[in-house]
Amino acid sequence: MRYAVGIDLGSTTTKAVVLDEQGAVLGRGITNSRSNYDVACEVALAEALINTRFSLVASGLARSGFTEDARTALLGELERRFREQQYRHQLGVLDTVLAEQLEDPSIVDATRAGVAAVVAGMRARAGALFVEGASRKSDFFRDLAGSLYMQLAEEHARVHTPKRSCAAGDDGGAPRASLFDQLVGLYDKAILEVENRPTAAADFDAIVERALAAMDDAAPAALKTSVEVAAATTLDEWAKVGTGYGRQRLPFPEGCIRSEILCHGLGAHTMFPDTRTVLDIGGQDTKAIQVDDQGIVTSFQMNDRCAAGCGRYLGYIADEMNLGLHELGPLAVQSTRPARINSTCTVFAGAELRERLSLGERREDILAGLHRAIVIRAMSLLARSGGVSDEFTFTGGVARNAAATGALRRLVTENYGPRTMNISPDSIYTGALGAALFALRSGRSGDGAAAAAARDGAPVETIP
Amino acid sequence: MSAPSVVPKDASQDRQKRMIAAHFDRLAEVEERGEKAVYTFVPGNLTELLLSFGVAPVLPEINALQSGMRGLSKDYIARAEKDGHSEDVCTYVKCDIGMSRGGNVGPTGKRLPKPDLLLLSYTGCFTFLKWFELLREEYDAPTAMLHVPYQGGGTITDAMRKYVVDQLKSKVIPALERITGRAYDEDLLSEHLARSAKAEDDLVHVLESARHRPSPIDAYFGGVYYIGPIFTAFRGTEDAVDYYAELRAEIDERVRLGLGPVTPDGELEKERYRVVVEGPPNWTSFREFWRMFVDEGAVVVASTYTKVGGVYDNGFRHDPSRPLESLAEYCLGCYTNLDLPTRVDMLSRYVTDYEADGFLINSVKSCNSFSAGQLLILRQVEERTGRPGGFIESDLVDPRYFSAANIKNRLESYFQMIEQKRSRGDAR
Repeated sequence: MRYAVGIDLGSTTTKAVVLDEQGAVLGRGITNSRSNYDVACEVALAEALINTRFSLVASGLARSGFTEDARTALLGELERRFREQQYRHQLGVLDTVLAEQLEDPSIVDATRAGVAAVVAGMRARAGALFVEGASRKSDFFRDLAGSLYMQLAEEHARVHTPKRSCAAGDDGGAPRASLFDQLVGLYDKAILEVENRPTAAADFDAIVERALAAMDDAAPAALKTSVEVAAATTLDEWAKVGTGYGRQRLPFPEGCIRSEILCHGLGAHTMFPDTRTVLDIGGQDTKAIQVDDQGIVTSFQMNDRCAAGCGRYLGYIADEMNLGLHELGPLAVQSTRPARINSTCTVFAGAELRERLSLGERREDILAGLHRAIVIRAMSLLARSGGVSDEFTFTGGVARNAAATGALRRLVTENYGPRTMNISPDSIYTGALGAALFALRSGRSGDGAAAAAARDGAPVETIP
Repeated sequence: MSAPSVVPKDASQDRQKRMIAAHFDRLAEVEERGEKAVYTFVPGNLTELLLSFGVAPVLPEINALQSGMRGLSKDYIARAEKDGHSEDVCTYVKCDIGMSRGGNVGPTGKRLPKPDLLLLSYTGCFTFLKWFELLREEYDAPTAMLHVPYQGGGTITDAMRKYVVDQLKSKVIPALERITGRAYDEDLLSEHLARSAKAEDDLVHVLESARHRPSPIDAYFGGVYYIGPIFTAFRGTEDAVDYYAELRAEIDERVRLGLGPVTPDGELEKERYRVVVEGPPNWTSFREFWRMFVDEGAVVVASTYTKVGGVYDNGFRHDPSRPLESLAEYCLGCYTNLDLPTRVDMLSRYVTDYEADGFLINSVKSCNSFSAGQLLILRQVEERTGRPGGFIESDLVDPRYFSAANIKNRLESYFQMIEQKRSRGDAR
């Protein structure tokens, strides 16, 4: 089957949305953006195609006679097992890369033993990350593996380093710090290589087979058949459009690249057709967009000279508090007395955060204040773009954050009166969806094939 | 202003380059020759009057923008900040102060003369007052203030004109007489003004050539070169008359041949978008900024920045028969001295008359005389013309405030938005 794909290369994450020829969403994929944009796009697309095949499995299973609950349970388990196997596969790649690094003769045996112990520990704990109901700080291998690696490396270094003695001149603490630092250094170097190897995501066929084999009860024949059919389906790229902050670096021809403003406008319009104002808070830019009844952008504003108040702000705060990005919102909504924080400068906000913590303020209250600060900044851009009209759609990664959406809803109501505020659970894919829709249009107009050919070096006409 | 080296040069560009070089050479020798130097500003400059006294005009704004284009401003600004000038101050001021403190070597590498007089023409930019206060302290030079009343009502009244003429008579002319020891010669002034009017006719002809499709000029990036002589030390000279006559002939030839504008990458072959631009350009990344337009096939068909040193396309000309009155009207009519409704009218008229697809504002936060009210202008021009407005933020000569990736991103989005609107129009 043919598909159209849109890829949104953001500063934090890269998203892909795959559509069928009728424009229905078949799959979505996301990965962390990395230094190698080509790989980020490749991985996001691979993930979206995996998701597409899961959609095909679901369609196959729908014809099998299972109840909906049974189908949901089966698919849920298959996906968890799939993610676990995918994680284990990537862990294998990490192990290989680390082993290559350990060939360096200057590395001491204690460090080699440390790496072996940490990787063994990671393998042993891999299953627990994917049990039913387990919460994960992130869905990206870099974050999951990194967090566990650090924890295990610290434990290992603590146990395998002589305790500091009080004797004068004894520098017993130094090797412990040194062992931990060495373990961390090896990981930092290895993870860059692991995530820049696109094969680390691995292919559907091999992993789904292992996932089926690992299911608690033997997989029913209907599921196996659906998986086989999905795996055997040929997915042909029909048309592709790239967008996002890094779109200049997207590995597509120029004519297949669209501004993220247009993509967000069209994506939001498709998700919520009555949308007139769109706010997207991305990693390093915030966009306030006005669209007409066809999703065509009529006006927009973006931050130009400074990235204060963008999504990265929250990422920085999460790092400062040693929390996962996912954990910030849930904590902030527990606030009873939000702190009043005026600075949207990321660095100043970090300083303010530490100062307030040292004064004994509750972190829930500080976090609520920080979320409000980011939203106030967005309100200024909204005002400059022409205000907030009904309906109002909030997109981007920050739209997943309940504290940010709560603050936004309050401020919009205060400033513009009641507005219908749309937030899709898939809001992070809005830009990629818009790009996929542009790809679909170009496919239908016949330019998609040209675009696909151009990817292989042939000349291409600009998509109108 | 000298043209970037990669731009294919027309004869007029070479001429301008020679004129500028000769001017800076002359400035370097002012003290040796026993001549006098007068520092003044581009908006409201009284070049013909200065020339009639035989003094050399020095324009700190031009030195600053030239320093920006030549990659010198960063260090000058750092120097000024080291001396206590805030980050938010107009970067022209800091660039100039930094240059003065470093020995007052001008953008061409030649030493600039100290001011014998600071002729402070106040035409809507409050920073000018503070700037010359600083220079007065720096050089211990006398200051003559010409207070030009703001056109708050959108028109020039007789009282306003008289107020300026009175100051010319009672403050400016006596100050020039004092430093030169020469008497005011109105006939000589009129001769200069007659030449100004001639050059102004040709400049307007050149700027209005952008009504053609394709436009033979870029009226913003190219426009800053075209306004160079008339906005600076050459208004009222034979050099300026010759330059504009030559330029006019060149542009007429481009129109005849149906050619687009000359850009840093050669001739623009396909005009895809016609836009009007409000606000000064960024000078530190001038070519890169221009190229962002060229890459999209965008041509600026009219701009307000090219009116800061005088608005001529509304019919105003220096008038040798009313020398001081016409100098007063010139000062009162400078773009920085116009109120917001007049600016909205002007931009709306440009969008319509030049058949622009839209208009863009390059907002410079540290330039309050331009940026205050720009969002209001944006909304009103959009409403009035129905064409989309775009908003970019950068700076004059502080390279730290030009974020190329973001600006390019914004411009691409803007032009794609125009494209999308066009296709909707076609579909309907």
